[in-house]
Amino acid sequence: MSNVILSMRGITKQYQMGEETQTVLRGIDLDVKQGEFVAVLGPSGSGKSTLMNIIGCLDTPTSGSYILHGRDVSSLDEDDLANVRNKEIGFIFQSFQLLQRQDALQNVELPLIYSGMHTHDRTARAKQMLERVGLSDKLHHFPNQLSGGQQQRVAIARALANNPTILLADEPTGALDQKTGKQVMSLFHDLNEEGNTIIMITHDIGIARHAKRIVRILDGNLTEGVAEDA
Amino acid sequence: MLKESLRMSWQNIKSNKMRTFLTTLGIIIGVAAIITLITTVEGATNEITSQFTELGAGKVSISVSGTALKRGLSDEDIQRISEVDNIMGVDPTVSYTQHVAGDGTLCEDVTIEGRSAAYFSDSDLIGMGRPLTLMDMDRNSRVCVIDSDLHEHLFPNEDPIGKEIVISGLTFRIVGMLSDASGDDVMNAMSAMMGGNTNGKAIIPYQTALRLTQSNSVTSLTLYLKDTDLSDETISDVESVLNAAFNYRDNAYRVINLDSLLDTMNTMTGMMTTMLAGIASIALLVGGIGIMNMMLVSVSERTMEIGLRKALGAKPSLIQTQFLIESVMLSLIGGVVGIAIGILLSVLIAGWIGMEFTLSTSAITLAFTFSATVGILFGWAPARKASRLNPIDALRSM
Repeated sequence: MSNVILSMRGITKQYQMGEETQTVLRGIDLDVKQGEFVAVLGPSGSGKSTLMNIIGCLDTPTSGSYILHGRDVSSLDEDDLANVRNKEIGFIFQSFQLLQRQDALQNVELPLIYSGMHTHDRTARAKQMLERVGLSDKLHHFPNQLSGGQQQRVAIARALANNPTILLADEPTGALDQKTGKQVMSLFHDLNEEGNTIIMITHDIGIARHAKRIVRILDGNLTEGVAEDA
Repeated sequence: MLKESLRMSWQNIKSNKMRTFLTTLGIIIGVAAIITLITTVEGATNEITSQFTELGAGKVSISVSGTALKRGLSDEDIQRISEVDNIMGVDPTVSYTQHVAGDGTLCEDVTIEGRSAAYFSDSDLIGMGRPLTLMDMDRNSRVCVIDSDLHEHLFPNEDPIGKEIVISGLTFRIVGMLSDASGDDVMNAMSAMMGGNTNGKAIIPYQTALRLTQSNSVTSLTLYLKDTDLSDETISDVESVLNAAFNYRDNAYRVINLDSLLDTMNTMTGMMTTMLAGIASIALLVGGIGIMNMMLVSVSERTMEIGLRKALGAKPSLIQTQFLIESVMLSLIGGVVGIAIGILLSVLIAGWIGMEFTLSTSAITLAFTFSATVGILFGWAPARKASRLNPIDALRSM
């Protein structure tokens, strides 16, 4: 069990909607080991976004325990959560979420600024990350000068920058065409081969199949494995 | 981290040049108005004050209109006034217009001033030769001091000292000449306005002048005080002497104290400055609201960015600091531009009304502090709003 880096037990999330209480997650148990590539598959409204927010420490569960990298993060305050997000989580979003006014290098440097790295080390590290995703010739391009696939690779470089415990990808190919989507997925494979732990949230079974392990979420319940359909 | 925040703020301001300009316009106008108003009013006040001081601090003028029975002050009255405490000197003035002859030249319309030795206590008064002395007064010597205008008319290009001139049939020897910068410009201008001298003036002992005009009373008197702080007490002492002299008639005389005039004027200009600065601060307030508005728009526009920064590990306090820095930067840019425009306007106005331009550091400090405060005050609420954005909502908002 020593290589389990993420462990969730009985995670629930409820929202108060006026008089009604809406339960979005109903007792989720999930263990992820170091070096795994897990896809969380579910249709919209299944609670997968809420689960992603909790995994990514953007939100805290109503009840249950969440141990990330040996630390209970289920009831931390905002500042501590910000620290955990900075050090442990590398976010990859569907629509890349790059800052339009900053070039590729500056975008990748962003999480390093928040972790307090010095300018010199920061630039070196960011360059190295951009090289890793094959964009060493695009350091000073702005997002609007890059194709969708290239933008997503900048975002991946940014997610890798702080050497996080988990790469957390939310529909990473959702805004890309099939060909570029495939290239991004093959980059994910390579990163996983190098030992990065990846959790990918998607509604697309075709994309989910790229992962080594698939868990399904439906109506706030999590089940292991690929179901009979697909 | 602070350096990064500064850089990011600067980048954002730079990338919205037009908006930055429009937003800071309110601050620019407010600061420029404050600088211009304060500098101009301060400059004008200094100008007037220095002119008044040249005219003479510690001088009290008495002008006598007299009563039906008594036209002016007698020698005894003047003697009594000079015995009042804190009086350093008494300078009775007799002034009239007469023609003067010298070296075969006749000069019409010359102001003849009868004065006492006390008048010459200001050493800057004499440019050449010597002043009239107490001995001249006691002896009723026929000596005089002339000004450069009369010199030009009677003895152009000659040394006037020792020359003789004839006034009302009596011969006077010139012992001195007034300096051009005798600080009496305002007085001269005043007497010129009242239809007085055009061809220069000659100053003779006042008793001689009284005799020449065949009157025995003085209607104009200047008192020199030892201690200007005690001027109020001295004036009331002098007034009681005067009241006795004129039998307590109303409106027999008037006392003009330049010091108290100056005090009144300072109070007035002070009030005016405060009032004008108050009006200008309204412009600053409006400018502040403009900045707040722009910052709120900026927060809404950058919701996704704020969410992303939070997701990447920015603490709420850091987000707040960044927005605060941005609004302070905005208002300081407005402040600096406003100060520059204000100084430019002040220089132009100073040149236009012919006044010396003096940079008011207090006005600049005030404008600078004010604009920084506006930035913090009006940037605080938007910055707080930004720091409290929920990263999930913020990320979803795109």
